[in-house]
Amino acid sequence: MPLPTIAPKIALSGVHKSFGSKRVLNGVDLEVGKGESLVVIGGSGTGKSVMLKSILGLLQPDSGSIRVDGEETTRLRPREREKLLHKFGMLFQGAALFDSLTVWENVAFGLIQGEHMPRAQAKEIAIAKLGAVGLTPDVAELSPSELSGGMQKRVGLARAIADEPEIIFFDEPTTGLDPIMADVINELIVQCVKDLGATAVTITHDMASARKIADRVAMIYQGRIIWTGHARDIDQSGNAHVDQFVHGRAEGPIKMQIRAL
Amino acid sequence: MGFLAATGRAFLVFLEATGRLAMFTGSALSHCVRPPFYPRQILRQMIDIGYYSLPVVGLTALFTGMVLALQSYSGFSRFQAEGAIATVVVLSVTRELGPVLAGLMVAGRIGAAMAAEIGTMRVTEQIDALSTLSTNPFKYLVAPRLLAGLTMLPILVVVADIIGVFGGFLVGVYRLDFNASSYINRTWEFLQPIDVISGLVKAAVFGFLIALMGCYHGYHSKGGAQGVGAATTNAVVSASILILVWNYLITGLFFSTK
Repeated sequence: MPLPTIAPKIALSGVHKSFGSKRVLNGVDLEVGKGESLVVIGGSGTGKSVMLKSILGLLQPDSGSIRVDGEETTRLRPREREKLLHKFGMLFQGAALFDSLTVWENVAFGLIQGEHMPRAQAKEIAIAKLGAVGLTPDVAELSPSELSGGMQKRVGLARAIADEPEIIFFDEPTTGLDPIMADVINELIVQCVKDLGATAVTITHDMASARKIADRVAMIYQGRIIWTGHARDIDQSGNAHVDQFVHGRAEGPIKMQIRAL
Repeated sequence: MGFLAATGRAFLVFLEATGRLAMFTGSALSHCVRPPFYPRQILRQMIDIGYYSLPVVGLTALFTGMVLALQSYSGFSRFQAEGAIATVVVLSVTRELGPVLAGLMVAGRIGAAMAAEIGTMRVTEQIDALSTLSTNPFKYLVAPRLLAGLTMLPILVVVADIIGVFGGFLVGVYRLDFNASSYINRTWEFLQPIDVISGLVKAAVFGFLIALMGCYHGYHSKGGAQGVGAATTNAVVSASILILVWNYLITGLFFSTK
């Protein structure tokens, strides 16, 4: 099992982000090793999504450093940012498929627009990627709105892996799916990440999913990483917060967040 | 003190919104002229704005021209000036009513659709997805719409001008019993290029404003269905008001003698 190495793929240190008077990230320190699958667990409204969006540059952190391959990314210009984002793929919570395009055009989007590949060639790759997530070629011509939630997630996954990114983010990949489909998606994530040799960061509050996907687990609480450790140690974390979360108990040190972020 | 504080707060909110809009406009304009361009997207928007707005703009122009002829007849006949009707119709339509009414109708049709589409893309994270696929949302979503609005509205207004004048002609000839050829002569007699050109300049500005408001409000919408609804309303209302304000300013620019 890969461990965090000397030169981490992604390194966050002291990342702060506030919206108005609301502090969401309160000094996040986190390292993700190359080829590692890290799962970040935490309740709703603890800053998981904000952390991912800060790494992608969709949100600008107030302070702190975010390094990708050792390169500082918090003050990149738009053009350099676009280049950096070639390394990333992301599966969004609601799949975020473009509903004005067909399924294959969605999957091929990064290839056609980002890498200027001819459409016919991109379509072939798109259909191959759809196959990799267990979808048949006849799905390719459908519109995303014709698909069920689980199928949309699969297409989203195919789109995220289409241009073979070095780093893949999964935002709550199993939310809103039935347990069987959730497990199918988990299997696909593990398979795709392994095939690509990619570095993966998943945020979730689904412990079954976390156990399946993770090499290493980090827990975020009140805008800070309060615990990290191997996935197999999650039941002996020795941390009351982690214990409460893993076992899903209402009673414990974690109080419910009322306001959405 | 409470009153002063409230006034100050409102003023600050206004300044912030103005600044945000100015930055959005500047950024959108700069992306309109820098590659990569998305011809498919531009074409799609042109068809949406230009072609599919034809029926609504045509009907508006037709009935506007017809009612103009009817109204000016009932007014002008009081001082035996019925002969001026053709001129009144063609000048009103080309200078004012063609661009303004086409602008307002398109604002309702296209401005709303743009705000709703981009707003939905925002709240369903499709705009974030664009970024992660190394595609700049300004270039892919905003610039094509601005360019299409800027170029298509003048074409729509040419059509509206023709149909509006034709509407006046129909009422003049078939209802008010004018001679057809003399009505047509009267239409051309006092029409100058500047009348049509000023209308087309207005149309280009209105088209830009409609697309800008649709994109701006959509892009900054938040909070689910309600937020998208608010963005749609704001896009139509602000575009309509801006059209009327700029209509006055441009008219002043072209025709003020002082």
